[in-house]
Amino acid sequence: MISQHLPALQVVIPLLTAPVCLLFNNARVAWILSLVASSVALVIAALLLQQVLTVGILTYEIGGWAAPWGIEYRIDPVNAFVLLIVAAIGTVVMSFAPRSVASEIPEQQIALFYAAYLLCLAGLLGIAATGDAFNLFVFLEISSLSSYVLISLGRDRRALTAAFQYLIMGTIGATFILIGVGLLYMMTGTLNMADLAKRLPLVADTRTVAAALAFLTVGISLKLALFPLHLWLPNAYAFAPSVVTAFIAATGTKVAVYMLLRFLFTVFGATLSFEAVLLPTILLPLSLVAVFSASIVAIFQDNIKRMLAYSSVAQIGYMILGLSFVSVTGLTACILHLFNHALMKGGLFLALGCVVYQLGSADISKFAGLGRRMPWTFAAIVVGGLSLIGVPLTVGFISKWYLVLAALESGQWWVAVLVLIGSLLAVVYMWRIVEVAFFQPAPRQGSQRREAPLSLLLPTWVLIGANIFFGINTDLTVGVAQRAAVWLLGGAS
Amino acid sequence: MRHHLILRIVAKLLIPPILLFALYVQFHGDFGPGGGFQAGVIFGAGFILYALIFGVETAKKVAQPEIVRVMVAVGVLLYGAVGLVSLLLGGSYLDYSVLAHDPVRGQHLGIFIIELGVGITVAAVMITIFFTFASRGRS
Repeated sequence: MISQHLPALQVVIPLLTAPVCLLFNNARVAWILSLVASSVALVIAALLLQQVLTVGILTYEIGGWAAPWGIEYRIDPVNAFVLLIVAAIGTVVMSFAPRSVASEIPEQQIALFYAAYLLCLAGLLGIAATGDAFNLFVFLEISSLSSYVLISLGRDRRALTAAFQYLIMGTIGATFILIGVGLLYMMTGTLNMADLAKRLPLVADTRTVAAALAFLTVGISLKLALFPLHLWLPNAYAFAPSVVTAFIAATGTKVAVYMLLRFLFTVFGATLSFEAVLLPTILLPLSLVAVFSASIVAIFQDNIKRMLAYSSVAQIGYMILGLSFVSVTGLTACILHLFNHALMKGGLFLALGCVVYQLGSADISKFAGLGRRMPWTFAAIVVGGLSLIGVPLTVGFISKWYLVLAALESGQWWVAVLVLIGSLLAVVYMWRIVEVAFFQPAPRQGSQRREAPLSLLLPTWVLIGANIFFGINTDLTVGVAQRAAVWLLGGAS
Repeated sequence: MRHHLILRIVAKLLIPPILLFALYVQFHGDFGPGGGFQAGVIFGAGFILYALIFGVETAKKVAQPEIVRVMVAVGVLLYGAVGLVSLLLGGSYLDYSVLAHDPVRGQHLGIFIIELGVGITVAAVMITIFFTFASRGRS
């Protein structure tokens, strides 16, 4: 009986746990509640994915109102996979949280922090679960508003300006999305995505629909930090508390990429998005510029959190590159990298969280000689870095492999070459950490630095281990990603 | 504001009708224009007017921040609880029809409680935001 309600419970449980955290207003209780809610969300997401893969699309009518009038939750292979990523990262990050949060956030704000985290989780899960364009916007606002709050909680006072910058950019993005949805509603009179997909081809040639596509693409690109709309991201990631950076870096932009996939392929359909409009010719160069410019900027960063933030911009470039091929292999690469990048960046930012916990800073000048003092933490950073570069036996290799395949398949061999050169840039910026941490002598006065506590290392290594596990055992990820890609393109024709 | 006699008298006269009007907008929302959000804003505005005229500290004695904070959570929980109850009664989430024997009455009851939840949270959030900004740099 409960299984039919899973799509709603997926979102409702974290959403309602947030006010309970507020009621108790106790750091420890709030953490336990958040961990339980995240784990329950993970179990639900796993069950949903399993149901989708065996039974097919699941739909749920909120309030019993039939679609397209009521709000419908619609779970298909694509968003079931995204739900699983978000919930899994949420659970791991929460198991990492208590020590790190206690050291970075003032005691009286911790319960509020967990409430904001749960709202953010609920918003991200809601974006993925819903099949209604306006409901998506509402959940986008829930997740964005709570993530502004989360980022502003950083210890550095620059976190406030970073959060404000993100607030301005994010609000512009959300407004663009709302305008896009409004224009679609104007032309079709419906907000249900499946219904929109049916009605849009009839009015495809109007300028309003073209404007809606443009508004939605630009608005979502702002949220997912596609070059040149990425300027909010480096500061937001660099100054947010470690736990928040790990969570948002691994989930926020991924859900935004999912939104782009959903609108371009399901709502507008591949024909309308890519043949009538010149989207691939815009997205392909932009994504390549993102890879190169962000990787090069990353090489020159002294704050390692900031460096990895720029690296995120580059990795988002790879995802959009996969998308812009509009082929099954390309989309597979995009969806795979969505999952794989969440693992890499989640793991790397958690490892950095360990460093910040021990050092109080992520500045590279403090890293000298730490490789021997904190062997497990830095081993995690090295493995995560190898995965980021795309070394075989890590997940990074799998997504790069499919990306190169997609480039060759579309006959653009030069893109494949550029992807490989981009990976070399990742070698350069990851090597800087290795060089400083392992080959420079430790300063004398820092000799009391020790390895991070086990409660921080364990969650970090869960994600880092997943990088290797899914790098060797690719059945689940590639299988699901391929099904999702076929479904997205099949649903379009 | 001690010397602004007119402001104080007018505020004292206005605040009760403002709160009453908020309740009217709240509970008449299912028949006429209105609803929880609007009612919550009006209700919060009554408190904000009081705080503007008589000072934030006095207003905090009327609406204690700890209680207001609980109200923020209670409103949302009330909303969510209606959804969970309808789920337990065999409907889908937020399906009000199962809340009473007669679907029409159920719909009526459901929207009534939900709007109440919205009203409570919106009023409490309005007051909290005002208190937060108004007490900046004082404590």
